[in-house]
Amino acid sequence: MTTFPLPFRRATREQGGTLGRANLWVYGLLTAWVLGSIFPFYWSFLVASRDSSMLTENIPPLVPGGNFFANAQRVFDTVPFWKALGNSVIVAGSVTISTVFFSTLAGFAFAKLRFRGRNVLFVLVVATLAVPTQLGIIPLYMAMAEFGWANELQAVIVPNLVTAIGVFWMRQYTVEAVPYELIEAARADGCSMIRVFWHVCLPAVRPAAAFLGMFTFMTSWNDFLWPLVALNADNPTVQVALEKLQSGYYVDYSLVLAGTTLATIPVLVVFVLLGRQIVAGIMQGAVKG
Amino acid sequence: MSTDLGTGRDLRTDDEPEAPTGKAVARIPWRHRLSRWDVRLSPYLYVSPFFVIFGIVGLFPLLYTFYVSFFDWELIDDNPTFIGLENYAILLADAQFWKTLVNTVSIFVLSSGPQIMMAVLLAALLNTRLRGPTGWRVGVLMPYVASLVAIGIIFANLFGPNYGLVNGILETIGLDRIDWQADRFSSHVAIAIMVNWRWTGYNALIVLAAMQAIPREILEAAVVDGAGAVRRFFSVTLPLLRPTLIFVVVTSTIGGLQIFTEPKLFDAMPGSNNGGSTNQFQTITLYMYQTAFEREDLGYASAVAWVLFVIIILVALVNFLLTRRIATTGEGKR
Repeated sequence: MTTFPLPFRRATREQGGTLGRANLWVYGLLTAWVLGSIFPFYWSFLVASRDSSMLTENIPPLVPGGNFFANAQRVFDTVPFWKALGNSVIVAGSVTISTVFFSTLAGFAFAKLRFRGRNVLFVLVVATLAVPTQLGIIPLYMAMAEFGWANELQAVIVPNLVTAIGVFWMRQYTVEAVPYELIEAARADGCSMIRVFWHVCLPAVRPAAAFLGMFTFMTSWNDFLWPLVALNADNPTVQVALEKLQSGYYVDYSLVLAGTTLATIPVLVVFVLLGRQIVAGIMQGAVKG
Repeated sequence: MSTDLGTGRDLRTDDEPEAPTGKAVARIPWRHRLSRWDVRLSPYLYVSPFFVIFGIVGLFPLLYTFYVSFFDWELIDDNPTFIGLENYAILLADAQFWKTLVNTVSIFVLSSGPQIMMAVLLAALLNTRLRGPTGWRVGVLMPYVASLVAIGIIFANLFGPNYGLVNGILETIGLDRIDWQADRFSSHVAIAIMVNWRWTGYNALIVLAAMQAIPREILEAAVVDGAGAVRRFFSVTLPLLRPTLIFVVVTSTIGGLQIFTEPKLFDAMPGSNNGGSTNQFQTITLYMYQTAFEREDLGYASAVAWVLFVIIILVALVNFLLTRRIATTGEGKR
């Protein structure tokens, strides 16, 4: 059994809807699907490990060559890739810590505290999920230029400090995961609200916070439009650096795909290590949402 | 609605007798008051970061976009000129804008329709009794970790007109090469394939979760009634999945209409914002980006952004009303 160690609705597993035992057809189709899912990653590595001349053949050899490190070296020579990696770690890291903290805090308030206007405010949070804030980038850029934040990392960090989806997700989880009795007991012991949050709520919602953290990190790491607007080629995130790598007059694909391979490895490693939790989180979110 | 936390007041009176010395007694009212403020204000303090951030970097820029759209406003411009509705008048007659609108809708339809069908099929496969179910799920979700930029670059290479693998395979099996970038419809198909590649597995997991939430008794009843596997799927499972499928469509609408990265990186001319030599796959968001940051015409770009905003809100409203109707009829049937 490999379930998420959580008091989520675990009962959903193996419960119903099952078509029956998997046969060879099912395994065959799924295998084909997974191979198709992996292939573009492999292709990227394949081209990166050879030189671009392989692309002139109709069906190029599907075995990696020995040029990957040479091509990777060229990536670092062409764009400030170390800086881009560092920037992406700083940006995605700060955004993740901040989003998880503020979402958990707000989720706790919406789930467990009673206050005037709570329902209205929560409906507002949900409503903002449908607002395409990406379309506000023009004034946002003007404001950042005004502050002198253009081409500074805080320009891409600050707009993402907390998200509606984070607040929503943490609220839904906290409702079920934190018993009122525990909060009352902590209050009786003289805990202030923030200590109740820190010592009672936070430990109980850790699994959901961990999922939100992974999700936020991946989203932030992969974010493109706003970083492209806010940052220049000399101070990029990984995604912006990749785009710059591709936008020469002549595209050297073994160079560019070495870049995408390097940029994908970190998230791929995280995914291989934590994929099972990510799968569980998405499925539980689906049942709740 | 009371402003106090459940049993808070009782808890605090319990505290009082414990204070042993005169000094402590004098401090109680202060502590009492502090605790009261703590209970009253903390919730607002805790939810405020979201509203402050959303207000400043979400809502305000969006509304200010509307304001900017009434000006002739260059990127570096201290004296924008108020021109009223002129940007909108130009927009309505702008062939490129209409082309990008059609492109956006076309790519969206090509990606969301097949994607939902494939996601349901995939979920049905994953819902059989498999060995190592989690491993398969992780495998199916794999594309989700790839960044849109990486996907754009990899697929632009795979769909390359001369040296792309896809055309290489087409030629090898005796079919004609397709100029994936130059041909309008083909370029939409290629971009839709990128979108589907990334999202189908993710949506399949959501559908799978909904399938597993279907009570076993309903399916057993169908078995007793003599329904075969296929019949069970179409007559029992699929109707019960409807709310989830609608949810998937609604969430994909908001993102799908703002598609930007894939068409930007798919261009045969790297770094270009044209969406192809004749804008054959330029989307509205890409057009907005080009107008604002390449042509440096912020006023006009804001008008483009605002029109897209209105379209998205309208589509979301229609979705919402449809969902409610379908959801209520679904309830009635059950």
